[in-house]
Amino acid sequence: MQTQLGSAVFPRLLRRSLSYIPSILYSLHSLLNLFHFFRFLSNSSPQSQKHKEMASPFLSNTIISFSSSLSSSSSLPRLAPSIPFSAIRSKSTPRRILTVRSKIREIFMPALSSTMTEGKIVSWVKSEGDVLSKGESVVVVESDKADMDVETFYDGILAAIVVGEGETALVGAAIGVLAETEDEIAEAKAKAASKSGASTPSAPPPAPTPAAASTPAPPKSTPAPAAPTVAEGPTKTVATPYAKKLAKQHKVDIESVVGTGPYGRITPEDIEAAAGLSPSKKNVGLAVVVETKPAAPAKAPAASAAPSSLPPPVPGSTVVPFTTMQSAVSKNMVESLSVPTFRVGYPVTTDALDALYEKVKPKGVTMTALLAKAAAMALAQHPVVNSSCKDGKSFTYNSNINIAVAVAINGGLITPVLQDADKLDLYLLSQKWKELVEKARAKQLQPQEYNSGTFTLSNLGMFGVDRFDAILPPGQGAIMAVGASKPTVVADADGFFSVKNKMLVNVTADHRIIYGADLAAFLQTFSKIVENAESLTL
Amino acid sequence: MHSICFQATGVPRSNYIFDSCSPALAISKPINLRFCGLRKEAFGFSGLTHSSSGRVRFSSRGHSKKVSASAESNGSPPKSFDYDLIIIGAGVGGHGAALHAVEKGLKTAIIEGDVVGGTCVNRGCVPSKALLAVSGKMRELQSEHHMKALGLQVSAAGYDRQGVADHANNLASKIRSNLTNSMKALGVDILTGVGTIVGPQKVKYGKVGFPDNIVTAKNIIIATGSVPFVPKGIEVDGKTVITSDHALKLESVPDWIAIVGSGYIGLEFSDVYTALGSEVTFIEALDQLMPGFDPEIGKLAQRVLINPRKIDYHTGVFATKITPAKDGKPVIIELIDAKTKEPKDTLEVDAALIATGRAPFTNGLGLENVNVVTQRGFVPVDERMRVIDTNGNLVPHLYCIGDANGKMMLAHAASAQGISVVEQVTGRDHVLNHLSIPAACFTHPEISMVGLTEPQAREKAQKEGFEVGVAKTSFKANTKALAENEGEGLAKLIYRPDNGEILGVHIFGLHAADLIHEASNAIALGTRIQDIKFAVHAHPTLSEVLDELFKSAKVKAAALSHGPVSEPVAV
Repeated sequence: MQTQLGSAVFPRLLRRSLSYIPSILYSLHSLLNLFHFFRFLSNSSPQSQKHKEMASPFLSNTIISFSSSLSSSSSLPRLAPSIPFSAIRSKSTPRRILTVRSKIREIFMPALSSTMTEGKIVSWVKSEGDVLSKGESVVVVESDKADMDVETFYDGILAAIVVGEGETALVGAAIGVLAETEDEIAEAKAKAASKSGASTPSAPPPAPTPAAASTPAPPKSTPAPAAPTVAEGPTKTVATPYAKKLAKQHKVDIESVVGTGPYGRITPEDIEAAAGLSPSKKNVGLAVVVETKPAAPAKAPAASAAPSSLPPPVPGSTVVPFTTMQSAVSKNMVESLSVPTFRVGYPVTTDALDALYEKVKPKGVTMTALLAKAAAMALAQHPVVNSSCKDGKSFTYNSNINIAVAVAINGGLITPVLQDADKLDLYLLSQKWKELVEKARAKQLQPQEYNSGTFTLSNLGMFGVDRFDAILPPGQGAIMAVGASKPTVVADADGFFSVKNKMLVNVTADHRIIYGADLAAFLQTFSKIVENAESLTL
Repeated sequence: MHSICFQATGVPRSNYIFDSCSPALAISKPINLRFCGLRKEAFGFSGLTHSSSGRVRFSSRGHSKKVSASAESNGSPPKSFDYDLIIIGAGVGGHGAALHAVEKGLKTAIIEGDVVGGTCVNRGCVPSKALLAVSGKMRELQSEHHMKALGLQVSAAGYDRQGVADHANNLASKIRSNLTNSMKALGVDILTGVGTIVGPQKVKYGKVGFPDNIVTAKNIIIATGSVPFVPKGIEVDGKTVITSDHALKLESVPDWIAIVGSGYIGLEFSDVYTALGSEVTFIEALDQLMPGFDPEIGKLAQRVLINPRKIDYHTGVFATKITPAKDGKPVIIELIDAKTKEPKDTLEVDAALIATGRAPFTNGLGLENVNVVTQRGFVPVDERMRVIDTNGNLVPHLYCIGDANGKMMLAHAASAQGISVVEQVTGRDHVLNHLSIPAACFTHPEISMVGLTEPQAREKAQKEGFEVGVAKTSFKANTKALAENEGEGLAKLIYRPDNGEILGVHIFGLHAADLIHEASNAIALGTRIQDIKFAVHAHPTLSEVLDELFKSAKVKAAALSHGPVSEPVAV
């Protein structure tokens, strides 16, 4: 799929626009990676009339781009005056920039605001056959915010209007065709005609072709064959107004969503789950999976990102959609696959720690606080382990040491954060932890109380787990998995046996920034701190 | 009938067509297009009325109630009267008329078969304002972005449904008792029972099961108001399929409610319901939402009040059948295309609010006794609210105001009409200029208007051959609005550049309903733009939006040469 060059328009604030001042000059679709856009595009060169159409349910609405030659020596600057791309939602897969030598350009529905998904043509300022010069208003577009004039970026002739007045087109869809000279008008018209009805008045959101997801495969609800929960005769999809809005916004195919609301209707929560979103307003946080939950075993199929290869459900099985928290977990887990991680384990002697714990327990200090404090103190000496890699190109050293601690809660998982754990004393830390857990239970955690972690701690020792392996949550450099402390027979250098309490800790880290030696050194420091536990109370 | 909440509507042949709310639309008679508020010329009929009124009033004073004397002579006007004025219906219209009548020295009675206050106070604008006050505050508290911009931090806002409902109910009770007390204090007799006209200048009233009383009056005003209009095929059960009467009690907040009709009532309720967490689906028979508004205002209002909220809509469709939720099924709404009449869609929602307008409440009024036939329920009247009989003649001493005549279904319009009638019966001719009556919709932000919309003004201009000017100002430029962080809004002035006459003003923005009166007063008093633009507004206030508006109008030089119409006197 080639890129689109030659978007010929950008909007200008119109007198009439009352409510919205556009901060964007929109033009260059060549760099626009709105994924829905590409799904529909097929390219053809005018010379060869070669059509490459994607198998999409919207073939009839296929937009034909006119990037002519496929030679890739780019002369982009000439075609693309410096335009800010601020509002372009690109989460791009890398792509080649192709040269366009075509004299026939398309005018696209511009994105006039960050929330705009489709626009309505209020009026065409120019008619077919009009000669346009750069900077002239061509069409007035109504977005969700305002009416704006859209002006041409190129000189040329308005060869054909594809989307008429009063009609609606998705952002990025062709609404008109611009020819450079009169000779090309006929050709341009033919192009326009070949995609008759490219305008999709009140087009339903595109049915997603799974391959073209914009994000690394969020768990789109798969078109599960006949959801058993909805056993109604007429298979009419009922979705609430907000659910429809969300579906459009997040490009979720509403037909593929299983409604969990009253009477089987699709609710906004269903859409959010299908889009892999966690509703921020509900204080349900980003979560980190460091353990497999025993609950809800039937959820596995729905989380699969490869719907086509799904085996049919075993008869009698039930499909339970994710809660929003579970969706967030799922999304984060899939995202974590893009980070190259490795693990280093370390046995830590905990006799001193256990003794200290017995001493401070009556004062309300928990093991979690002790471990968090120990980790924080170790991190203070190894800032690289507390850093993160945001862009794949640099280290981000965090100024605070915020220890996120994974907690299983109500069938979900949340990571309340002990902020500045290195600076707070043990007692304050314990108190803080108590508050956080209570808030988490009441679903009252504020976002920064669960998403500001710089290092995560997960402890399954209380279950008797001796060692396990955690998944690194996106945005952090390392996560520590703590097993149970068990009496272990050890031989010292002189060959004397003794019994010491040992626990295995296992750290998973992002190897782009944290290397084996870093982690080993960190663990050694951690181990020393734990073995001299009294220092924790200082 | 009442301010704003309920707009001009009629009893429709088709479902929602009459849900037009523009004041001007309700005015059909060209005579009302005058722009002077007060008319002093006497016309034939009124002359007669005046000459006798003083005398009659004088004579009636001396009499005690002589019910028996008139009872036996149905059909012929009584010679002496129990009252100078009887008003049937104690809503806002009747109340306004009664107060003014007392001020003019008339012995006045008011007949009410239900509760004092009528629709507005009990089932309309008053309780709805209580709900809207709540929704406004909820909206603010829920708007994290807005709060953050002001530097405020609020943790999750919530509400107690019963508490909100009680607030609305308490407000209605309070206003109702205020209204009752104000009339009692002035010596207005409140007669309880359903009033029926039994003959000229004669009314009977009484509760069901009690003997009727008959009273006579020199003049009678019908002010019986209206009830929610429910189109055929819609089954109202008061729980899941409701009218505004039920909705104002706020007995439940459904997850998803369909609102049939997108006029004032529907729009205000959409504001309330979405603020309380419901999702809303509008069903509108016309091709666009908010049909009665100036198109530009409507468009902006849709961007602010509809699109970003949890609302979707179906336009160009009729709801032919609405079945309440029962037997484990949701409310089912069958839609047909408004034009082709073909089945279009079926909706399944938790509740449906019927806001398709209001029907006049004129049944059992005894109009047949004075040879009057209602038109689709409305009592036919002339521009002076005098009732017209089947032969097209005026019925002497009988007037009809408010929703019952359908001229302009707003509480304050009814009250103004009542005052106009009292003026007439006390010897001063008066024709109310309906184009000076403002209307408002109390959404967040509010919408208000007075006079003509732009298309109406352009149509009139074409007919009469004048030019139309349009000026606009934005709330974005207003200091006070920005201080409140509520810069979203527009004021629009439609005027005649040749003489500076104000044809219409439309406002969408913070406190629009309060801002409109500068414009409506100017229209009522005939103030021209070239004069009002010199009036001073306190700074910084929202009123400067209108100040800017008047100043930005371009009145032609010729009109300016006249100088101010009324030179203020220095003191």
